[in-house]
Amino acid sequence: MDLGAINPAVLIASLMVASVPITLAALGELVVEKAGVLNLGVEGMMIMGAICGFVTAVHTGSPAIGFVGGAAGGAALSLLFAALTQVFLANQVASGLALTLFGLGLSSLLGQGYNGIKPPPLGAVPFGPLRDIPVLGRILFGHDPMVYLSILAVAAVWATLRLTRAGLILRAVGESAEAAHALGYKVRRIRVMAIAFGGAMAGLGGAYVSLVRVPQWTDGITAGAGWIALAIVVFASWKPWRVLIGAWLFGGITVLQLNLQAAGVPIPVQYLSMSPYIVTILVLVLMSSGRGRASLAAPAALGQNFHAAR
Amino acid sequence: MLTLEKRPSPSRFWVGATPVLAVVLTMIAGGIMFAALGKNPVEAIRIIFWDPLFNPQYADYSRPQLLVKAAPLILIAVGLSLGFRAGIWNIGAEGQYIVGALCGAGAGLALYPLDNRLVFPLMVAAGALGGWAWAMIPAILKTRFNTNEILVSLLLVYVAENLLTSMALGPLRNPEGGGFPGSRNLSQWASSANPELIAGTGLHWGVVAAVIVVIAAWVLLERHILGFQIKLAGQAPRAARFAGVSPSRLIVLCMGLSGALAGLAGVFEVTGPAGQITIDFGSGYGFTAIIVAFLGRLNPIGILLAGLLMALTYIGGELAQFTLGLPAAAIQAFQGMLLFFLLAVDMLSNYRIRLDARGVA
Repeated sequence: MDLGAINPAVLIASLMVASVPITLAALGELVVEKAGVLNLGVEGMMIMGAICGFVTAVHTGSPAIGFVGGAAGGAALSLLFAALTQVFLANQVASGLALTLFGLGLSSLLGQGYNGIKPPPLGAVPFGPLRDIPVLGRILFGHDPMVYLSILAVAAVWATLRLTRAGLILRAVGESAEAAHALGYKVRRIRVMAIAFGGAMAGLGGAYVSLVRVPQWTDGITAGAGWIALAIVVFASWKPWRVLIGAWLFGGITVLQLNLQAAGVPIPVQYLSMSPYIVTILVLVLMSSGRGRASLAAPAALGQNFHAAR
Repeated sequence: MLTLEKRPSPSRFWVGATPVLAVVLTMIAGGIMFAALGKNPVEAIRIIFWDPLFNPQYADYSRPQLLVKAAPLILIAVGLSLGFRAGIWNIGAEGQYIVGALCGAGAGLALYPLDNRLVFPLMVAAGALGGWAWAMIPAILKTRFNTNEILVSLLLVYVAENLLTSMALGPLRNPEGGGFPGSRNLSQWASSANPELIAGTGLHWGVVAAVIVVIAAWVLLERHILGFQIKLAGQAPRAARFAGVSPSRLIVLCMGLSGALAGLAGVFEVTGPAGQITIDFGSGYGFTAIIVAFLGRLNPIGILLAGLLMALTYIGGELAQFTLGLPAAAIQAFQGMLLFFLLAVDMLSNYRIRLDARGVA
């Protein structure tokens, strides 16, 4: 066992990379839930994003276009969910599960023949001499563009929800669809757009897994990241900045357990691998109970379908 | 302009007709998918749905497989359907299935090589208990701390899968297995075996249990106050609370029952068809059972039929893999599609489609 080999600066830097997929997916889901829709299909949309992004990147040779493809794949699948819940008024929980089951099957179908291929690499942002600052340079200036974009996305979602009229309308739809409808807002249209945004963000997160984090294609590559993203939305009490904190916490545990595995800690690998899921459950418990109950912050109309009878 | 008008109560005709309609639509959409993969769609559908039962070349092997595959699906789906009816979403049946198998196998292997007919019933009890305990985690967290049971039960699947790997490599590994992962073969040890009861039918104890559970669930839902409370809690939660139905009690009961049944399915599988604990023992039955539960309209008799149909897609899918080279993932996507169509056409039973003369939507 060699714990000395774990370098804190590298640990923090890789924690930031590990948290990107969950940040993106959780941020998308946060917007969807703010509009009053519970989409449990995040895992399915992420893995569709992972395979679509991977295939696009391999064929075009450009990781940037790959990410666009990933977002498109995630959004396309999310529109199926939108059709089910907004047009056919199906149960949101069941529709979300259907999305995940279908997405897992379809992605592995699309991914036939892509095993073992390396995607084109996504380089780090050229910060020049800034990278050579000891410790800080590695943590702040050594990443690929998606890491910075994901943090910008958190700021953008926060600002949109908090400061703009569009954000206010979105929240109104999520708090009381009836009231928003009575005011003349198109509840269904707004929700469909929110769902598509959530799908695109989950797709981006998935593409980051297959293009940067792993980087290759295997079946079931997202390994529950979508479910953890859903848990992080609850952890964050539907607040964008807390999503980032939650994702870093989770990313930190993931990276730490990988480092402990590499350092040869005398705990079986499987127990280390299950730790991120257990910690997520513990965090959920902490956030759901007691005085700071997360459920109090949930959008009031979350999970309820809206049918304009008049 | 088409508008939807909510029916006062679901249409009886459509409640029965929608699963059939969904299956037909899935066959059409699946056919398009198979055509896109370069296979003859009509032939693929025939191989999946017809050949396993009626083609003399395959039927001898396939027909018994039908019961073998349907039993765990039905066992798990009946349990899940009780919770789904009450608005309690246990989607971690896959984890409960794995833990049930681990507990059952563990209890049996602890007694190896005892020659006693009581070993098998003991293993069955241990398996049910294991699945129950695994499901109690989300149930208790829900009732005590108000934690979302959907997320906790699902996250526990990943924990269970890791546990399975560590058990297959560690404590439960066959000491005479030459260092390969995986336990002793339980189906070849007389005390723990879950054999075919009537040769050539695929009928094992799990099938018997599934039939009993279907009947028991039907009686529970139609003739017992608890079944009434489950339905009431799902359809009118407020009314249920006024009627004195305790939500916590229902959560603990429904989650516990579904967990125990998933555990049972696991133990019957590990002692019979699977034979041993291996790293890839988790075969996705716990997730497919969700589709079965919905396809069966959350009704025990419906689930019995849906389980058989779903088992057919598994067997037919394997056959199509073998004869047509259809990828296994295509069948998984096909099954997922079925749930989509089912949820979509379900609208017909709850809403009436009207041609609105005013043209105002």
